[in-house]
Amino acid sequence: MNKASGKRTGHLRSRAVERRDAASAPETGGKFVIRPAEPHDIGAISALDARITSLSKKRHWQDLLARSKSLDFAQFFLVAEAPASSKSLLGFIVGEIRAWEFGSAPSGWVYALSVEPTVREHGVGEALLAAIEAEFKRCKITKMRTMVARDSPLPMLFFRAEGMMAGPYIQLEKDLT
Amino acid sequence: MKLQISTQLAIFALVELVVNPEHQLTVAEIGAKYGVSSHHLAKVMQVLARARLVRSIRGAGGGYQFCGNARRTTLFDVIELFEPLGSGGQDASAPGERTGEGRALRTVMDEIDNTARATLSSITLATLCRLVDRHRPEPASMSTGIR
Repeated sequence: MNKASGKRTGHLRSRAVERRDAASAPETGGKFVIRPAEPHDIGAISALDARITSLSKKRHWQDLLARSKSLDFAQFFLVAEAPASSKSLLGFIVGEIRAWEFGSAPSGWVYALSVEPTVREHGVGEALLAAIEAEFKRCKITKMRTMVARDSPLPMLFFRAEGMMAGPYIQLEKDLT
Repeated sequence: MKLQISTQLAIFALVELVVNPEHQLTVAEIGAKYGVSSHHLAKVMQVLARARLVRSIRGAGGGYQFCGNARRTTLFDVIELFEPLGSGGQDASAPGERTGEGRALRTVMDEIDNTARATLSSITLATLCRLVDRHRPEPASMSTGIR
């Protein structure tokens, strides 16, 4: 694991995001807050992920959160939260700056992005991605990367719509059976 | 990989109609931009109309209008209306197909097909329109589409 080169100097605190199409997004009340994840979010994060992937991995999210709080890693774990009245979790994103693996210059990797199914297409995923992109940029990172399974059309369509294109690497694998 | 002319025209025509949602465009208007005959383009538009991606508005000021979902219709959806994609799947009668060499070559060609299919299935018409804007040589203030 890499120590951050150009570690963030000021972590994102919280940012209110107001959607222009508020009238068509009653589930989010038209606006939501993007802020760093905290330990009390882990239950909701784990539950949302389990609902979507059918796999419960609370420990994994706890470990990622711990890394995001450590000064040894340039990792970002952000959540989107509904307005003060409900404070329900709408989605989350996790990313990290990695350097020189596979010969790659420092780049921002998005590891996970999940949005509550009932509030999809209301700009939550877009806002989370924009927020982590801003964090990467603040660390002088000029390239953002992610990896999507070919047979996962929803995330593939989302990242494409956000302007992400195929990169210069091809993922290779081999059966070890 | 190269697309057939009809397939390319279909994609170009759809982009024009998607960026002009409130206007009907005639085949003559679209054809003029891409230097293609109205006759050729009319056949392409008929295929798109049968697939319910466009509708024809008759009368003065009529033309074609996009009536699909630009955020759900992918390039793969459009291409498969006009041509088969990829190396054609397994053909047991092809020379050498049953040999180890034939199977090895098929594995590589399938990998290419799968990558192409995944790429084309991930680009919607809406995403392509954004890409068009990014590749437009003129400043962003210039008008988009035919108009």
